[in-house]
Amino acid sequence: MPKKAAEKKRTEMIGEDKKEVGFASFNILRKFIDKVIGSIFKKKKHIKLGLYGPPNGGKTTLANRICIDWLGEEMGSVSAIPHETREIQVKEQVNIKSGKKELSFNLVDTPGIATKIDYEDFVRKGIKKTDAKKRAREATKGVIDAIKWLDDMDAVLVVLDATKDPYTQVNITIIGNLVARNIPVLVVGNKIDLRKADLKGIEAAFPQYDVIGISAKLGKNIDKLYEALFVLVD
Amino acid sequence: MSLTLQFVPYNEIEGLSSIGRINKLLKIAKENKIVLLEGRLKKEEEAELIKTTMEEINDDFKGIELGVIYPGKEHGDLLKKLKAGFVELMLGDRVGLTIIGPASIVKEIKKDPNKIELLTTNPTKIGKKKKR
Ligand SMILES: Nc1nc2c(ncn2[C@@H]2O[C@H](COP(=O)(O)OP(=O)(O)O)[C@@H](O)[C@H]2O)c(=O)[nH]1
Ligand SMILES: [Mg+2]
Repeated sequence: MPKKAAEKKRTEMIGEDKKEVGFASFNILRKFIDKVIGSIFKKKKHIKLGLYGPPNGGKTTLANRICIDWLGEEMGSVSAIPHETREIQVKEQVNIKSGKKELSFNLVDTPGIATKIDYEDFVRKGIKKTDAKKRAREATKGVIDAIKWLDDMDAVLVVLDATKDPYTQVNITIIGNLVARNIPVLVVGNKIDLRKADLKGIEAAFPQYDVIGISAKLGKNIDKLYEALFVLVD
Repeated sequence: MSLTLQFVPYNEIEGLSSIGRINKLLKIAKENKIVLLEGRLKKEEEAELIKTTMEEINDDFKGIELGVIYPGKEHGDLLKKLKAGFVELMLGDRVGLTIIGPASIVKEIKKDPNKIELLTTNPTKIGKKKKR
């Protein structure tokens, strides 16, 4: 997607502050300055590419897929029980190539963002009470860190489980916050290998965004995702 | 089981700082009441609300369910959108409705631009929880 279109999309985003429109000329100037400064430092700076989303969407599975494809090693552990990733994980200097183009970034896998955490949900999934309480405590800290790190991201993949209702407040809040910070967003509908997956539903929920369907687990459509990455961070 | 809904008019939060707003709303939710806020928080305040909620979670307070409705902006025809855009220009964050329910009472908020469905936790489950 060309940069102009991306910018337009961003300003059209749900809930975007109308102030953005009023200060459009200021924004153009700011973006120009950002661009100039950006091009001076681009060589040195590593792009931080964040994986964000609600728990269990497949962020870590995707992070592992990317790391195996380009570094030959995994990044973190994956679990069917939510909140497996409770600390921010960073893999530095992931280099991906597509044709003649090359892209280098630091991959940031984040804990899932939730508005509630109940240790009893973990107990119900077979975790001992003391461990469940610990997991819950760590998970709350993880959510706090994930939100704190939002400001540091240069581009973000919002990873959603395509079998779930995409139109949730957490998803809207995450995307809205990225837009408010002017961070480019790509919506990833994961788990398209499952029959219940509904990519159309995600597209309908976020019509202003590029949506790409993948299966992080089976590696389906991952090449498309890599191509989209080049456009996203361009 | 009875539910208490507490209405918070926008002018009660208008003059508050972001932290002040969040503390006010969260305090009501922690008293096991469902907050009906006229209007919306800023996007950054929504994130901050989630962050503060996480800091406050303990054995009694399990967090919140959050839902914001914001009529006319996201779907619908162009004319409707233009009207909504105009209303928004005049009224800003007063437009829409924010619901904050304690997770112990509200299990899920299903949203739609113009409609909100609150799914409450079933009381027998709460009873069971207490025995543990
Ligand atoms: N069927 C299917 N399952 C997946 C896929 N990606 C992840 N999962 C499963 O979803 C669960 C959560 O994955 P995880 O990567 O830990 O999610 P995270 O919380 O977003 O990091 C695990 O049981 C994964 O095996 C996928 O593409 N297809
Ligand atoms: Mg994870």
